[in-house]
Amino acid sequence: MSDMTMTVSGGSGADQALTFHVTEADHPENATLLGFWLYLMSDCLIFACLFATYGVLGREYAGGPSAREVLELPTVAINTTLLLFSSITYGFAVLEMQHNRRGPMMAWLIVTWLLGAGFIGLELTEFMHLVSIGAGPQRSAFLSSFFTLVGTHGLHVTSGLIWMIVLMVQVGKKGLTPANKRRLMCLSMFWHFLDVVWVGVFSFVYLMGVLA
Amino acid sequence: MTFQNPDLAKLVFGRLTLGDIPYDEPILVYTFIGVAIGAIVLLGLITYYHKWGYLWREWFTSVDHKKIGIMYIVLAMVMLLRGFSDALMMRAQQAIAFGPHEGYLPAAHYDQVFTAHGTIMIFFVAMPFITGLINFVMPLQIGSRDVAFPFLNNFSFWMTVSGALLVMTSLFIGVFARTGWLAYPPLSELPTSPDSGVDYWIWGLQVAGVGTTLSGINMIATIVKMRAPGMTMMKMPIFTWTALLANVLIVAAFPVLTATLALLALDRYAGTHFFTNDLGGNYMMYVNLIWVWGHPEVYILVLPAFGVYSEVTSTFSRKRLFGYASMVYATVVIAVLSYLVWLHHFFTMGSGASVNSFFGITTMIISIPTGAKIFNWMFTMYRGRIVYDVPMLWVVAFIVTFVIGGMTGVLLAVPPADFELHNSLFLIAHFHNVIIGGVLFGMFAGVNYWFPKAFGFRLDAFWGKVSFWFWVVGFYFAFMPLYWLGLMGVTRRLRHFDDPSLKIWFEVAAFGAVLIFIGIAAMIVQIAVSIIRREQLRDTTGDPWHGRTLEWSTSSPPPPYNFAFTPKVYDIDTWWEMKRHHWRRPVEGFLPIHMPKNTGTGVYLAALSFIFGFAMVWYMWPLAIISFVALLAVAIHHTFNYNRDYYIPADEVARTEAVRAGA
Amino acid sequence: MSDHATHNAHDDGHHEHAHDGVEDIHVTLKGYATGFCAAALLTILPFWLVMSGAFSKTGPADAFILLLAAIQIIVHMVYFLHLNSKSQGGWNMLALVFTIVLVVITLSGSIWIMYHLNQNMMPSMMRDVHNLP
Repeated sequence: MSDMTMTVSGGSGADQALTFHVTEADHPENATLLGFWLYLMSDCLIFACLFATYGVLGREYAGGPSAREVLELPTVAINTTLLLFSSITYGFAVLEMQHNRRGPMMAWLIVTWLLGAGFIGLELTEFMHLVSIGAGPQRSAFLSSFFTLVGTHGLHVTSGLIWMIVLMVQVGKKGLTPANKRRLMCLSMFWHFLDVVWVGVFSFVYLMGVLA
Repeated sequence: MTFQNPDLAKLVFGRLTLGDIPYDEPILVYTFIGVAIGAIVLLGLITYYHKWGYLWREWFTSVDHKKIGIMYIVLAMVMLLRGFSDALMMRAQQAIAFGPHEGYLPAAHYDQVFTAHGTIMIFFVAMPFITGLINFVMPLQIGSRDVAFPFLNNFSFWMTVSGALLVMTSLFIGVFARTGWLAYPPLSELPTSPDSGVDYWIWGLQVAGVGTTLSGINMIATIVKMRAPGMTMMKMPIFTWTALLANVLIVAAFPVLTATLALLALDRYAGTHFFTNDLGGNYMMYVNLIWVWGHPEVYILVLPAFGVYSEVTSTFSRKRLFGYASMVYATVVIAVLSYLVWLHHFFTMGSGASVNSFFGITTMIISIPTGAKIFNWMFTMYRGRIVYDVPMLWVVAFIVTFVIGGMTGVLLAVPPADFELHNSLFLIAHFHNVIIGGVLFGMFAGVNYWFPKAFGFRLDAFWGKVSFWFWVVGFYFAFMPLYWLGLMGVTRRLRHFDDPSLKIWFEVAAFGAVLIFIGIAAMIVQIAVSIIRREQLRDTTGDPWHGRTLEWSTSSPPPPYNFAFTPKVYDIDTWWEMKRHHWRRPVEGFLPIHMPKNTGTGVYLAALSFIFGFAMVWYMWPLAIISFVALLAVAIHHTFNYNRDYYIPADEVARTEAVRAGA
Repeated sequence: MSDHATHNAHDDGHHEHAHDGVEDIHVTLKGYATGFCAAALLTILPFWLVMSGAFSKTGPADAFILLLAAIQIIVHMVYFLHLNSKSQGGWNMLALVFTIVLVVITLSGSIWIMYHLNQNMMPSMMRDVHNLP
């Protein structure tokens, strides 16, 4: 080591005051929230591809039913309402979390879960109806891209629901520890992110589809 | 017997039958025998020396970024052997299959060979190489003790292994894709590729892709959050900068691959019509999407290599890197532009003049920052005291080779020229020129450069130089003829030729491949000789090359915690500054160090992913469902483990540091 | 904004804590309520316009729907995802801007490319569609 430093020229004693290491314990910041945000950004690009595919193939009806014929706006309006309400109820849960009130927070999470489950239920009903009238994903490129885009969003919501149950169990067992709070904030980002994607879905797929 | 029911067999084994085992193909049978003997010997040795526990505890379940990095590079080197044997087979076939002579590879096999070669070289050689180097080097360069998410890092590695294993399994069970490495539809759709090949390809890449994306997120979070105090963005070592941008591109591009593969899988499994020829599907949409991923992928590979060249050039020229800021900006510009050029991979599909000229121009623009980098490296060398150790030799070979590859790339960026050269061997020569000359040379430079940091002894220089010369000369022999053949109109992926006048060029190319083979063999000899001579090659200083960046300030190999005290940074070349100021390593005042615990969860999850992928390939639906549910269950179970870290006690740190002082 | 001031004070007061960013996120009932009302409005408006048949031309209608969607996405980002230029040292915002650029490139690029492809490669089919009875 020491003979190493000798080979380097140009050192001057006057600069000795610089310290090149930290003497106290050093804890880097926890990166979970940033890392999760980056994951959401990567998910954005998955959805971008599905939106692009729908944008390119969404008018390829191949003689089958068109968007105007199969998309039912009243169902979507109810679904959108459910998702929007689940967003604000998750917000209430976060507010309770900040005040360390476990009971009310769990209650709001349960409400959120029920709203999310309602959304999935309605979406499944819509899908089954489409399949039953011969407008399944195999019918045309439009229906393939429709089912895939909307279904991928639905799969995300479903995993959010599973995650929510797991988190409720964990909060029930361990309480509102820093780790659990961090997880609740990650799920919060995930849940609101799905709402953002849904805004794109109902505008780009449903509203513009019905207009076309 | 009610149990002798063909439906039951079908339920359990899906479409897998005994007929899918290729016991009637001599080449594959001999390969299998060779692999089996090798595996039995290796496993036998590990068992004989009782190394299983050691491997499991110290390596497989390790969350130490250094060990994971080393495992990535081992994976890359093993897969390089597979990918290169595919290359040799192709070169041999093309050198002999003229006129009445059909060559030795039947078409069905030859098509699998070129598909496997491309897939393996990109996904399981180049990618693990760069991920491995970044994993090993980057946390050390930023003065950190590990990455942001150590468990995720281990999991990412094993997912990459699972993907590689799926592709390798196709050798002996079923077939691999015969579609070319990007599996364009409609050829890759079910009616035209009904066997297991494309499915192996899809699931192999899908599983590995999950690992790659997660590792990208991990590395970005590490660089953003865990830099040593004082290391502002513009004081980061240049390799860390290139690692950051490569990982930004990974996070931005790999989801596109995931989505595209998922759509192709839906076409094949669920009968949708994304890329089919009927019912409104459009297979050019696949080509469009896959290159939205594919072009950034090229820069994902080459940017970290650029970082290696920068580090090596400045170290071995004993100079500060010329134009650090311009290097950073050039890297950023390349990263952004790489997302704006994808159409140049399919100029000929016929989007018309406006689209083609836009993407032609963006492609040409990207050569400007790249050219700036080349000049920066040359100015760094200019009037430096250059030491031609093995890493520096690779840099010089890179500069010459990559400039040739870059210029042929600009040629291809001109749409009218591309209409002539598209799909020809000229293109093949071009991208091998940039990927071997750019990426692989950089990885070899990096391995030779950082090997002493990882293992505490240098790689043998003589065998390194033998390997270097055979590789470089072999490269020129192997690929320059392909430029010529491409200009004469020979297209890629041909198994047989009629025109005997072409034969000589293919023979020269095959000769080049043999030279490269000797180069690879010399590399293996180099590692073996270095291990045998490790006492003579031992580096006790931790800084064998008079390095400039922080990784050289720790011991070689670094302790598990990397730095007993977190370094403080004032300048770009921190270690150089520390040496200039006669920094003395502290020998007392150690504190307990907070470290992550090892876990086997990553291995279990990746193993289940492999089973899931295999079940999907063969339509074994019950197994697929079971393995998927198990995957979820293990993942959820893992989240119930809150006890993930521990402290290395201060006296243990003191002991470790004392050993180093005594050495 | 007063929200900002409290945010900073909060941050400074907790220097001793294990820093993971959770305590940086300061949510208020008012913020959620504002966001919810705005989002509800921006949802109801386009639904009502489409369902009542108020639009006559699809071009401007599509543009208007997309504009409302873009505004609503911003509302969600600010009020529900608590995004601002300071969260995670500005890295969240940087990542988002970069992602939006890439999403726009991917979407518009793909649609542009494939539209031109169809125009150039299948003009006969397009004519056939027009000539259908």
